[in-house]
Amino acid sequence: MEKMSRVTTALGSSALTGRTMHCHLDAPANAISVCRDAAQVVVAGRSIFKIFAIEEEQFVEKLNLRVGRKPSLNLSCADVVWHQMDENLLATAATNGVVVTWNLGRPSRNKQDQLFTEHKRTVNKVCFHPTEAHVLLSGSQDGFMKCFDLRRKDSVSTFSGQSESVRDVQFSIRDYFTFASTFENGNVQLWDIRRPDRCERMFTAHNGPVFCCDWHPEDRGWLATGGRDKMVKVWDMTTHRAKEMHCVQTIASVARVKWRPECRHHLATCSMMVDHNIYVWDVRRPFVPAAMFEEHRDVTTGIAWRHPHDPSFLLSGSKDSTLCQHLFRDASQPVERANPEGLCYGLFGDLAFAAKESLVAAESGRKPYTGDRRHPIFFKRKLDPAEPFSGLASSALSVFEIEPGGGSMSWFVDTAERYALTGRPLAELCDHNAKVARELGRNQVAQTWTMLRIIYCSPGLVPSANLNHSVGKGSSCGLPLMNSFNLKDMASGLGSETRLDRSKGDTRSDTVLLDSSATLITNEDNEETEGSDVPTDYLLGDVEGEEDELYPLDPEHVHPEEPEYVLPQEAFPLRHEIVDTPSGPEHLQDKADSPHVSGSEADAASLAPVDSSFSLLSISHALYDSRLPPDFFSVLVCDMLHFYAEQGDVQMAVSVLIVLGERVRKDIDEQTQEHWYTSYIDLLQRFRLWNVSNQVVKLSTSQAVSCLNQASTTLHVNCSHCKRPMSSRGWVCDRCHRCASMCAVCHHVVKGLFVWCQGCSHGGHLQHIMKWLEGSSHCPAGCGHLCEYS
Amino acid sequence: MRLAAASNEAYTASVAVSELLGCKQCGAGRGQDEELGIRIPRPLGHGPSRFIPEKEILQVGSEDTQMHALFADSFAALGRLDNITLVMVFHPQYLESFLKTQHYLLQMDGPLPLHHRHYIGIMAAARHQCSYLVNLHVNDFLHVGGDPKWLNGLENAPQKLQNLGELNKVLAHRPWLITKEHIERLLKAEEHSWSLAELVHAVVLLTHYHSLASFTFGCGISPEIHCDGGHTFRPPSVSNYCICDITNGNHNVDEMQVNSAGNISVSDSFFEVEALMEKMRQLQECRDEEEASQEEMASRFEMEKRESMFVFSSDDDEATPARDVSRHFEDTSYGYKDFSRHGMHVPTFRVQDYCWEDHGYSLVNRLYPDVGQLIDEKFHIAYNLTYNTMAMHKDVDTSMLRRAIWNYIHCMFGIRYDDYDYGEINQLLDRSFKVYIKTVVCTPEKVTKRMYDSFWRQFKHSEKVHVNLLLIEARMQAELLYALRAITRYMT
Repeated sequence: MEKMSRVTTALGSSALTGRTMHCHLDAPANAISVCRDAAQVVVAGRSIFKIFAIEEEQFVEKLNLRVGRKPSLNLSCADVVWHQMDENLLATAATNGVVVTWNLGRPSRNKQDQLFTEHKRTVNKVCFHPTEAHVLLSGSQDGFMKCFDLRRKDSVSTFSGQSESVRDVQFSIRDYFTFASTFENGNVQLWDIRRPDRCERMFTAHNGPVFCCDWHPEDRGWLATGGRDKMVKVWDMTTHRAKEMHCVQTIASVARVKWRPECRHHLATCSMMVDHNIYVWDVRRPFVPAAMFEEHRDVTTGIAWRHPHDPSFLLSGSKDSTLCQHLFRDASQPVERANPEGLCYGLFGDLAFAAKESLVAAESGRKPYTGDRRHPIFFKRKLDPAEPFSGLASSALSVFEIEPGGGSMSWFVDTAERYALTGRPLAELCDHNAKVARELGRNQVAQTWTMLRIIYCSPGLVPSANLNHSVGKGSSCGLPLMNSFNLKDMASGLGSETRLDRSKGDTRSDTVLLDSSATLITNEDNEETEGSDVPTDYLLGDVEGEEDELYPLDPEHVHPEEPEYVLPQEAFPLRHEIVDTPSGPEHLQDKADSPHVSGSEADAASLAPVDSSFSLLSISHALYDSRLPPDFFSVLVCDMLHFYAEQGDVQMAVSVLIVLGERVRKDIDEQTQEHWYTSYIDLLQRFRLWNVSNQVVKLSTSQAVSCLNQASTTLHVNCSHCKRPMSSRGWVCDRCHRCASMCAVCHHVVKGLFVWCQGCSHGGHLQHIMKWLEGSSHCPAGCGHLCEYS
Repeated sequence: MRLAAASNEAYTASVAVSELLGCKQCGAGRGQDEELGIRIPRPLGHGPSRFIPEKEILQVGSEDTQMHALFADSFAALGRLDNITLVMVFHPQYLESFLKTQHYLLQMDGPLPLHHRHYIGIMAAARHQCSYLVNLHVNDFLHVGGDPKWLNGLENAPQKLQNLGELNKVLAHRPWLITKEHIERLLKAEEHSWSLAELVHAVVLLTHYHSLASFTFGCGISPEIHCDGGHTFRPPSVSNYCICDITNGNHNVDEMQVNSAGNISVSDSFFEVEALMEKMRQLQECRDEEEASQEEMASRFEMEKRESMFVFSSDDDEATPARDVSRHFEDTSYGYKDFSRHGMHVPTFRVQDYCWEDHGYSLVNRLYPDVGQLIDEKFHIAYNLTYNTMAMHKDVDTSMLRRAIWNYIHCMFGIRYDDYDYGEINQLLDRSFKVYIKTVVCTPEKVTKRMYDSFWRQFKHSEKVHVNLLLIEARMQAELLYALRAITRYMT
């Protein structure tokens, strides 16, 4: 007692002390409650009922109220509450429906005072009146709330919840006569203690049971409720209709909610399942908890603020049989771990970008490239500084917009629509796609297709006898290749690609990439310019039957070289016009890259261009060598795919992947493929190319991708008469009992595809309408409209 | 003898949906078909249920609009109007929820592939040798592209499904033995491991089909017509007759047992209802005055638990299940063992510590969204369903009786409600009723018509079906509680 009074006085000078600590209980706790002196806490559970003194360094067991010979269900507590006026008075709710009161002032060992056995089912909650000494309220599973006067043996009044189980009852702190009760069906009721016949007000607060509620200690009308639907809602009860002020979405059902003292917008919650942490939320910032206590290893069942005027001490009991005191300053703050950066593309290529303000400020001061050169920052907005945590985690948002006209992606749409991905022999597919690419002016892509055709189809087409043919014959074999591109096309194609790439370079990172690569590029110009020479060099020196030795080296050398070779194209399109080499240089380079290239730049530069037929011959020779199966190239092709994907042209990567199918699939790891597929599908959908995207999904071999079009395949339709959704079947309306869609031609119900004219809204079976409109241009319904079918 | 309902059903099953909407001319249509030389399957049984006279059951075509909509939904979802639906339509409110849940479990978004779902259904039904459900789902399984090889036995199914066999077995017969180790074994099995979401889906399916098997036997559902007549979708390996007929063919034996167990003369039965109502009245009145002590309450639960094992009608030697169903599960000898029989002490499951509303629901909904809601709704409807009638009496509050039945079933699974006086069960449920409940819930394959007939003789068939709904939902909840508690323990 001495100690208690000491602490109480200490509180008077507002200095509650202690540390984060816990103590082990013998059994799981179901509820806890704090004595008004803030120095004792009672823990109740199925097989525990103890009072602990809260000392500086530890909890000390003070009293075990579970006395008696054998365990009784009356002691199996679902809830416990300590009177806030009288430190000797406690009440418990037992799982068998008994309400027990305890008087700590009793001299005997057994402190049990009164026993109320009026409830037929488990009592979920008991609550003392905040100011009245003798009034106790209970809420039970049997759907009744009972008000007891402790001076009498029975309940004073009974409130009926219409056989809905009561989960929580709470006296209003401010209004003397009011209490709130929450129900299993999601309702919250407000009662006047004097009027047991009917509730003052009722509203549906949650979907599913409302497990808990708590009145705001200061704001008269504020009630917080928590439910199984994982929400905490704050209601303003002063208005005529209860108004939802705030809503916090947690990650698990909310078992308890308690307003934090002295912090108007803070409340603490714990969950009933799955999640073991205690969160303190600022209701104005409902997405990130203000603080989080992670001490418990099982679900937290009871929380209580230690003192009604001290916001820093929180006590909690848990199923893991521990009692904890948490200090607010020791709480972890999720907001610190939050990532305040974000990046998103708009539909038309706009880019929004949020980052910590400090970062943005520093960077823009350091480096001016944040859009000055190409993409202006359109606006930059600061978050409202009045918001909580503004110092902790706030981001500046920047929006970049693309240059008008610069971002045309029509090539992408055209390509996507016109590419053939399946259904024909590989050679035809490649040719077709090459043609498409060429027509769109994308020569590099066209060449790639052509080369793929050569790699994977040619050996079959060209008899092996050709291999040892003379120069003339060899060049005739190579001729189709040579014809497949010409320089002018290429130049314009390169120009367009450059533009495209610019539009893609909206992100800052891209810009960096370009910038950094620009330096590289200048170095590589020589090599690029003299590209045609290099193979010659190689061919001249090593052509004599040494392919075997040379080719194995290829992968290593090709890989570093390919990007080098393409990037210049984009950054410096004009270069190629200067170089007046015979057709085929690129082709050569792709196909027969010399292992000497990197080493012999200087040599290459001094060499003069050589006879084109010669180089062509050497290609065909290399290609048609019977010792080189298509498998041999797969490494090369994979590198090529990676290159395209990295460059941003995921379309090419996926198209090639689909067309080549098994030939290359095994060489690229599943995850990368999946990544490409999803990126491409995402792009296609942004451009509303639903059919193409669906085709891609269908053709993909990746499990994760092909299941994409198996989700949400339901199509909802509304009745054409009553305009309501037709729930059960798609062709007859439950409400107006009419068949919704009749075919105008055959006058039967259409159960599958229904096609209709947007002008007169008549329609019918797809087949019938198509047939009809072949012969007549008027509407089959006879309305006189001239229907169009396209 | 071909009877109207069954032939209607056969007909609707073989024609397009549109015909269902206006099937008044069914009779005529059938005749024409015969003239065309088409072989018409003939039903062997007499209506959808062998226990309930056919005239008691709603005739297709005479339903009201609500039932009609239900039939249409059922047909649209399953492609058939099965006998279970025809019997359950006694309680359309429940049927609606039931169909919605089943449809969601089998056909809507979920973590498991479609054929796995049906296969799990087959596994679960096979545990109770319920060939009715097995046959239905063999068809469905093949229909959604399942590998016919799997049907030759669990050992031909993928390892992942084989792993589920153990859980299936324990869950069906002794759910209280499920521990988090069972869960861990499934979730941590290298490349054959289950994800939590898949596991919850599987558990819900297993419990659904265990209890549905109870309903099938409890109401004596007749085999579907296409299961008898040889359906084209069926593999030749599935036999052409139903085990229901075989296993329950030996009626004589069973009848003897029932007679000895609880023989009530006809004249007694007349007063049965009155006596029951009187008891309910008494309990209602004397509840307040007479307060049993805590020890008394505890011992009553233990007693009820212990006693529930003696009500068993049949002896222990299990009839060897017929071959073609038993191949879907191994260890045929593993059956229901009474909670307290073998001296092994299992701690009582306290509903106040882990209940469906607070804990189970949250877990299921977290791992398999929306299903928690659907099942919750179904439990709710089943538990609260009442027409306030008892046999010939109207305006009776039956909540006490329903609660007694529900809690008795949970008691058999060792689940205890702190706030329930188990003495009430003894007052309200007589022996033959307990025999029936126990048999339906624990060993449904042993239910006989005699058992069905011998309890609550004065009650209507619809009320007996109502009892069955309570039984299956209580059983499902009990199994779910044990399984979900194990999953929760695994997760913490």
